[in-house]
Amino acid sequence: MDAVAGTPRNGRVVRVSGPLIEIEGVAELSMLELVAIGPNRISSETVAITGDRAVLQAYEYTGGVTPGDVATGTGDQLVGLLGPGLLGQVFDGLLRPLSSAELWLTPDRASSTQDAATLAREWTFVPAVAVGTALESGDLLGTVPDAGSVEHRVLVPPGVSGELSWLVESAVVHASDVIAQVGGHDVTLAERWPVRRARPFRARATEAVPLHTGQRVLDLIYPLAKGSAAAVPGGFGTGKTLLLQQIAKWSDADVIVYVGCGERGNEMADVLQGLSELVDSRTGGRLIDRTVIIANTSNMPMMAREASIYTGITVAEYYRDMGYDVVVIADSTSRWAEALREFANRNGDLPAEEGYPANLASRLAAFYERAARVTTLGGRTASVTVIGAVSPPGGDMTEPVTTDTQRFVRSLWRLDRDLAYSRHYPAVSWTGSFARDADAIGLWYQAVQHSNWSARRARVISLLAEADRLASLAEIIGATSLPGHERVVLLGGRLLRDGVLMQSALSANDAFCSAEKGAALLDLCLAVIDKCQELIERGVVATSIEQADFGLVLRAKEETGPSDAQGVADRRDEALALLEALS
Amino acid sequence: MSDGIPRPETGLVSHGDVRELRGPLVVLGDVEGVGWDESATVVVDGEDDRHGLVLEVSDDQVTMQVLEGTDGMALGGIHVTFAGHPLEIPVGSGWLGRVCNGRGEPLDGGPPISGATTQPVNGWPLNPVHREPPKEPVLTGISVIDGLATLVRGQKLPIFSVPGLPHLALATQIAAQATSGGASFRVVFAAMGLTHADIAYVRDRLEERSAAGELVLLLNAADDPVIERILTPRIALTVAESLAFGEGHDVLVIMSDMTSYAEAVREVSAARREIPARRGYPGYLYSDLATLYERCGRVRGQEGSVTIVPVLTMPAGDITHPVPDLTGYITEGQIVLSADVEARGIYPPVDVLSSLSRLMRSGAGKGRTREDHLDVAAQVLAAIARARQSVELAELIGAGSLSETDQRYIEYQARVERELFNQRDDETRTFEDTIGRAWEALATLPRQELTMLSTAYLDQYLPKPHG
Repeated sequence: MDAVAGTPRNGRVVRVSGPLIEIEGVAELSMLELVAIGPNRISSETVAITGDRAVLQAYEYTGGVTPGDVATGTGDQLVGLLGPGLLGQVFDGLLRPLSSAELWLTPDRASSTQDAATLAREWTFVPAVAVGTALESGDLLGTVPDAGSVEHRVLVPPGVSGELSWLVESAVVHASDVIAQVGGHDVTLAERWPVRRARPFRARATEAVPLHTGQRVLDLIYPLAKGSAAAVPGGFGTGKTLLLQQIAKWSDADVIVYVGCGERGNEMADVLQGLSELVDSRTGGRLIDRTVIIANTSNMPMMAREASIYTGITVAEYYRDMGYDVVVIADSTSRWAEALREFANRNGDLPAEEGYPANLASRLAAFYERAARVTTLGGRTASVTVIGAVSPPGGDMTEPVTTDTQRFVRSLWRLDRDLAYSRHYPAVSWTGSFARDADAIGLWYQAVQHSNWSARRARVISLLAEADRLASLAEIIGATSLPGHERVVLLGGRLLRDGVLMQSALSANDAFCSAEKGAALLDLCLAVIDKCQELIERGVVATSIEQADFGLVLRAKEETGPSDAQGVADRRDEALALLEALS
Repeated sequence: MSDGIPRPETGLVSHGDVRELRGPLVVLGDVEGVGWDESATVVVDGEDDRHGLVLEVSDDQVTMQVLEGTDGMALGGIHVTFAGHPLEIPVGSGWLGRVCNGRGEPLDGGPPISGATTQPVNGWPLNPVHREPPKEPVLTGISVIDGLATLVRGQKLPIFSVPGLPHLALATQIAAQATSGGASFRVVFAAMGLTHADIAYVRDRLEERSAAGELVLLLNAADDPVIERILTPRIALTVAESLAFGEGHDVLVIMSDMTSYAEAVREVSAARREIPARRGYPGYLYSDLATLYERCGRVRGQEGSVTIVPVLTMPAGDITHPVPDLTGYITEGQIVLSADVEARGIYPPVDVLSSLSRLMRSGAGKGRTREDHLDVAAQVLAAIARARQSVELAELIGAGSLSETDQRYIEYQARVERELFNQRDDETRTFEDTIGRAWEALATLPRQELTMLSTAYLDQYLPKPHG
């Protein structure tokens, strides 16, 4: 935090209640400005100003802060230092590196822009343009080859343009070094950006391109387009975090920003270790080297949790501007909303639903709208996709965070407790989920991969719905009382659920599934179901079909490689021959 | 580790301008230089000292909660001195073998606990980067836990119960039997809001471990001051952290009953007229519980671990009640006790299908317990789920009309419950015994139903059919 030139703008603390601090006497304070409090210079953000007094939310534990302590206006908003060194590292909600921090997190740490280890690190800068070139915002200045598995591109910052009048000569530079002068502006290697402000771009792209997650139930049934937003509501124990971790590991994005917002410390350790051990098949590096982890666990200060969501998406936008497809995973947005609620209550705001402040919906909307597939200032096509977990209290899907979130996302993956309890993972329900871009994505598959993705999806959805309807009927009258073709539908539902939709995160063959293998598995299942219906029509009794060995179909996902579509297709003839033998 | 911000110049000033007494709260006026969250000593004429924690400071006014409650206090005759820093307690092995009340004062007739160093009871957040993902099991000797929901060192795994079920028997059995395979194991048992009969039972069950100097017992009875419960788990965890990360022990912390703790938090919140979230509990209950539960874990490159087993009773058996619900969101799984299972005469009455240990996949299996463990557990559970359908079907159409397979499933359920799940409340089973019983039960089923077990495991472990 840099003090404004001239006299320090000092005032004093008058009230402390948990993370809420009230101060008086700081001149010309503006909303969102950071104020340093007390001898430890605790970082606090201005959220309300009345006359000479102001209310702040503190980003640290406020134990020991006393009325009369000095409060100093910093002139800055909450900024993150965006530069090389983000990939592969872990940060807290204020983008301060945790990788280099002490074992116990006490309040006396430097801000992200002043962290000594970050500023001391040396980078190689390789220029890409010559002095004298006319440059616009977003144009490439050079690259930093030693900053992770994706090429780190240093761009002309937003709002800066003109002739490149000077370029750094030495190849070794630091985050705060000036590396170029463009139109009279100094451009430093790392950029300071206020995290609550979205980074600008040229235009939104309209074409829907699917994000391939490697998770069949998502890729085949409830897809997500790059640059749109999805929410994952699910009660505890429904496997939310595991699903998000799978997406972090396997989706075809260039960069992943994983925001652990008010969640478990052990989980963050697990993500970190899991990603460190896995190889990125696209780059050959480790998966952690394309990942930025923002960890504000549930026992860390609550208001930094509120900021962590914005920090995460700002980092994502930074990589988007370099031309990459970025996925932001926020686990969990409910904990973020709780931080909002906690503070609003302490501030005496009138509550709307369940104690949440009245602006909850608009805050959520503003966050999810930062997801976009865009043409960047530099003319690259790139995207930020947002996937937010929602943790409804008591599994109640009518609570405010869940209902408001549903309005602003394009895809909803509702996790079902019954599925989870029967160990059907990922427990994505096919009754309460949606994918609003499914038609557009179907067109993409048709145009680009020439596959009949939409038709396959439609057939699966109707089969599952029919099987569910018949299952509830069978519970009353017994499955044996159903006519043969309906018993085959029941069987087909089971084959689809167990053979395609269920996916083991722990299996080497099954944790990731290519689009082609997913399609092949569906085709195999559908062919077998068609064959069974044909047998019924030819008079084979349903019981003998039900007792047939479907192991070939059910184990196909496990016994073929992650991208082995041919291996799955090869089972088709054998499976059909086995059934034919029943007639 | 920092020990707060020392403020020696204010430490010994006594304040007597009491403006308001409301529930557990005291509002003092004319106070200067007192920081938020400081601890205080409250002297009431002619009575024992009480203890306070600052909840809000505003100009010259301080609002604090009194752990012992405000009963008998009047606007005059009270003197408060502030410590100048948040509450700290002595830590170290001086706690082992001791029995204390909910504020950490001895109940066993011994001298006050002392230690070479003190630590703030709130602790500091553990940097997630320094955490080691938990991966070694804690063996409890209880089949249904070791076999199906393995407790892992550094995990937090709660027991959800309803009043009337033997959760205290289970909690004390875990406390008495748990070991971590050779490493030095210590237990901190924090009782909150338990009846005197329950407390006597706990002391009796854990006597052996206490005598061996492996146990710290903190006891807050149902008729002890309610607000004291806010402190009890924090003392327990601060002691546990020092035993684990200072001295390298594997420490198990059992906290029972967390519902009583949450009620104390709610009482303070209501007295402060805060806007309630669900069922009158404050909106920060999640974060408050998280600051307790998140103190479990392991540290990279260090010996020792803190494992937490909170016990809570769900009011009216409602798992969506805020206390179990928020707990479930923070903890890594849950062990759910069920009255239906109890009614079938099974101890411990664990509802295995709603119970889950999320860390089991890294804490069990080859090199941890046994190579076939995870697959066997998955198969036992899948078969139980299938058996329930068969039982429901039998109720509809009669057991006689069931298919052969359904009948075998019903037989399997009876057998697995009797042989594997059921055990005496003082019985310690080895892991080999537990998994052997699981295989015996699975042998009731036709071999082709065991689809979750590989052919190799079936050949090696499946017992031959009897007779």
